[in-house]
Amino acid sequence: MTDIELRPSRDLDAETLTINMGPQHPSTHGVLRLVLELDGETVVNCQPVVGYLHTGIEKELEYKTFQQGMVLTDRMDYTAASCNNLAYALAVEKLIGIQIPPRGQMVRVMIAEMSRLTGHMIWVGTHALDLGAMTVFLYSMQDRERFMDLIEMASGHRLTPTYIRVGGLSDDLPDGWLENAREVVALLPGMIDQYEGLLTNNAIWMSRTQGIGTITAAEALDLGLTGPSLRGSGVAYDVRKALPYCGYENFDFKIPVGETGDVFDRYLVRVAEMRQSASILKQALDNLPDGPYDCQDAKYIRPPKIETMLRMEQLIHHFLLVTEGFKAPRGEAYVATEGAKGELGFYVVGDGSNKPYRAHMRSPSFINLQALPKMCVGRMVADVVACIGSLDIVLGEVDR
Amino acid sequence: MAIAGKKNTPAAGEEMAVTTRVDAVFDWAVNWSRKSSIWPVTFGLACCAIEMMATASARFDISRFGQEVFRSSPRQSDLMIVAGRVSKKMAPVLRRIYDQMPEPKWVIAMGDCASSGGVFNNYAILQGVDLIVPVDVYVPGCPPRPEELIYGIMKLQEKIDSQHGTFRPLTESAVNAQRRLEGE
Amino acid sequence: MSDSAPAAADTPAESPEPPPEHPLVVALREGVTGLSGVTVTESRGMTLAHIPDAGRIVDVCRFLKTDGDWEFVMLIDIVAVDHRDSEPRFGLTYTLHSISKNQRIFLKIRVPGGAAVVPTMTTLWSGANWMEREVFDMFGVRFAGHPDLRKILTPDDLEGHPLRKDFPLGNVDVWPEGADTNVAR
Repeated sequence: MTDIELRPSRDLDAETLTINMGPQHPSTHGVLRLVLELDGETVVNCQPVVGYLHTGIEKELEYKTFQQGMVLTDRMDYTAASCNNLAYALAVEKLIGIQIPPRGQMVRVMIAEMSRLTGHMIWVGTHALDLGAMTVFLYSMQDRERFMDLIEMASGHRLTPTYIRVGGLSDDLPDGWLENAREVVALLPGMIDQYEGLLTNNAIWMSRTQGIGTITAAEALDLGLTGPSLRGSGVAYDVRKALPYCGYENFDFKIPVGETGDVFDRYLVRVAEMRQSASILKQALDNLPDGPYDCQDAKYIRPPKIETMLRMEQLIHHFLLVTEGFKAPRGEAYVATEGAKGELGFYVVGDGSNKPYRAHMRSPSFINLQALPKMCVGRMVADVVACIGSLDIVLGEVDR
Repeated sequence: MAIAGKKNTPAAGEEMAVTTRVDAVFDWAVNWSRKSSIWPVTFGLACCAIEMMATASARFDISRFGQEVFRSSPRQSDLMIVAGRVSKKMAPVLRRIYDQMPEPKWVIAMGDCASSGGVFNNYAILQGVDLIVPVDVYVPGCPPRPEELIYGIMKLQEKIDSQHGTFRPLTESAVNAQRRLEGE
Repeated sequence: MSDSAPAAADTPAESPEPPPEHPLVVALREGVTGLSGVTVTESRGMTLAHIPDAGRIVDVCRFLKTDGDWEFVMLIDIVAVDHRDSEPRFGLTYTLHSISKNQRIFLKIRVPGGAAVVPTMTTLWSGANWMEREVFDMFGVRFAGHPDLRKILTPDDLEGHPLRKDFPLGNVDVWPEGADTNVAR
């Protein structure tokens, strides 16, 4: 383990204790390490130490073609992997300048919202588990499996689907998917009611979360918080409304906001957001247009499989697309999307080759995590766990 | 006890081959108790940790195999499921946790990253956790499905079941090795 | 990537009359004393403002954050790019967002390699702390006045700055020279 420079204790006579929480700790949601300075049980100083899952994805993306790099983005925020796919695909598409037809956009919205829901279900389960309510975890993980099945049905993989690709989707929705999806989405309000029934009016839950880890709106903006962590403090900023992408402007949904900015408000905002996602999913399922699901530009997408078997040129084209990939023009593109944790953006710089010259992810967890010392200092050790849970960080996204 | 003897006897193909050796009976009992209540340490690193959580939760229900008791402390556990990619910054921490676990202990490398580095072949990622700890079972997949992890655990149970010699006196070479260590 | 390429594509060189100045250029000239040479280009729906003097970036941001016409209250991100072959070597992009005006702007500066020093943005947004630490860790760009400029993601014993173009990927050769590659056996 590495040495950490700690600020000296304020009062040399007072006996403060420095303890190390993590990187292997059940409540830090991965490999987050906190260096806590305690006076009794009160946190005097809190320093997050990150990087224990540093994967070098941004470097690796520079060595992969655009379509290959898609696979790596799944592994950033792995609780809501398709949101990352969407952000990277949109950034690359903006760079090369292609448009996705309405059906492709609508399917992308559905997959992204399902990803967001699975991410929020993991969050509600683990957050409650950290604070001692184990039952919610069992229910939410069970419900999450319904959505994992839908994602698997479309893409072939549960957790890291890479279903959304540059130029559209990897394939059209399979037969029977819509019926299954309608069935699951109809169950969704009941699922959310169940979590709320277990938590929202629960006296223990309220006393563990209300008035804890309060962040005012001004502090939240100062710290650069986005997503539910910002909206919990009462700032109605949602990228889906502010800078719509993928046709989100055609959906009818609200931005839930909190009032006081404590752990309980952030909980309420996320649960309300799940209900809005359910509404978006329902609208998308009702209004799914027919037509092509990808950009129909042979320069960027693979030819149909049957053509590659019949025509030599198409086979060569397929081979070139897979091995070399397409080339992107010089220039830069940034696309912001609303990930499950906050504003999830990709900044892609092209240099005329088939690989990005630089790809940077604006990771919401990384920037939101900076708020943790502000939330914890002056509170008890047990509240630290509540604060970490309410920020909903994923260490794969923090460290990349 | 007849079944017990049969399990650990080389002539297992013969129906009536029953051993009466006491150490074989002990082996059976110890192996049975070890394999039926493996306590894994919660060592979630990355994506695979989410699938490990799914394995522990209601649908896949790892407790059917007696392994739902995920311990937060390495001192109380005997299996480390390395779930996810191991960065070079995390490697010393992982080794320390492994060293803190009491014997006997096993390691499952869950997923491609823990087995071989997976899709990440760069400056930051350790190319397989077997470079720093001995691995008993490799579970491929990126991430593996919960069923695959359960299959890996069942393979580990088979491995535990085939262990023997728990109560045997040390062999001559082992005694010699110990003497050398003690400097005699 | 050169910064002039998208600009040349968007503003035609042979226009009959000079295009009207971008309101941001006017506002910055009037609002920030002694600042000149700011150019604004629109590219792919993004407003890119090039600030020639990297030392003034904090003044520009302070003006944009506090001025009632803009109110860029959120610092979204700081991105660095290593333009290996051109000088100044590193390009920094500050992304600002205005909630009240629902507007987004990208401020671009260039800083040289070596002992590059940029004024820190933590005086305006405390959230810039980790963003600047990440840029320092990955590129070695130093920020003057930063309260806690340490490595953040990479291990302490890693030499160099990984996202610089001269830092190797560091991959392990999976088929070393002379290895038995017959996988079919």
